[in-house]
Amino acid sequence: MVDSRDSLKNRLKAARDRQGLDKPQAGQGGGPTSPWGFGLRAGVEVFSALVVGVGLGFALDRWLGTWPWLFLLFFVLGAAAGVLNVYRLFNPRSGARKN
Amino acid sequence: MAVEGKAIDALSQFDLAPALGAVGRSVGFTQSNLYMLISGGLIVLLMMWGMRHRAIVPGRMQSLAESAYGFIDDMVLAQIGEEGRRFFPFVFTLFMFILFGNMLGLFPYAFTYTSHISMTFVMAMIVFVLITTVAIMLHGKKFLGYFFPEGAPIWLAPIIIPVEIVSYLSRPISLSIRLFANMVAGHVMLKVFATFVVMLAGLGAVGPFIAVMPLAINVALVGFEVLVAFLQAYVFAILTCIYLHDAVHLH
Repeated sequence: MVDSRDSLKNRLKAARDRQGLDKPQAGQGGGPTSPWGFGLRAGVEVFSALVVGVGLGFALDRWLGTWPWLFLLFFVLGAAAGVLNVYRLFNPRSGARKN
Repeated sequence: MAVEGKAIDALSQFDLAPALGAVGRSVGFTQSNLYMLISGGLIVLLMMWGMRHRAIVPGRMQSLAESAYGFIDDMVLAQIGEEGRRFFPFVFTLFMFILFGNMLGLFPYAFTYTSHISMTFVMAMIVFVLITTVAIMLHGKKFLGYFFPEGAPIWLAPIIIPVEIVSYLSRPISLSIRLFANMVAGHVMLKVFATFVVMLAGLGAVGPFIAVMPLAINVALVGFEVLVAFLQAYVFAILTCIYLHDAVHLH
């Protein structure tokens, strides 16, 4: 009984796929829908990228004794990565979810 | 208590204290650990006790267990694809543990273990180590190509690669900060408005009538916090799935 039910489900799904009735849902999730959600998430993304950039810059500077040059460089890199994160929030990586 | 010398003390609720008496004190077992154990026990109880009948037509607990299972199963399949099935136990454990931690923390006198950055960061690091390991095991050296999108002009590599690496490294941080900040903000707001209720109620004859206003806000806030508790567990789980998708498929 379970077999026949599952096979019907499978055939139904195959038929629906052929007709393109089921839209692939991948890539929709994870994105907040409300403006507040978007704002908060974008803020967190920028902030965390900056944290990584500043942290890496500090650590490398202490290690190599080049204060403040690597700190400044990685601060800019962190800011760029933050912008990249926010950009990815709206456009996920190209070709990542074509299946 | 909340009102000590007419000051709002919203942060002491996050203090760790030893639990379970002298034994807990000697091994550093805090109430945070206690609530982790409780929520782990509750999850096992829900799954084991809920599924004990395995009825075709589920009862209440069984349908709760089944819908939790189905929810994560759908998410894993939709985000990672068929080969993501093997990550289901991981994502499910993570989701349930965060969800129960957030929800348990809303009970009076309970402790929210997800409100500590050390806790959420360790969970995010587990995810990070897992996605990196999976990507390297599946793709070997090709994993490095992840940091340079194909089709980009080669002279941009010195800029793109560091930025991509920083962006990749920022994943565990944004994952942990999002959960931690949401839980802390919610609990601080609840505590602040609860303190307003107590303070205003002490204002003589009109006090109790004014105190109804922050009380009403708190009622709404608790409902909102239930939503946030679920939503943050969901976001953590789905971002884990998206990262796992990137690790399995690379581009």
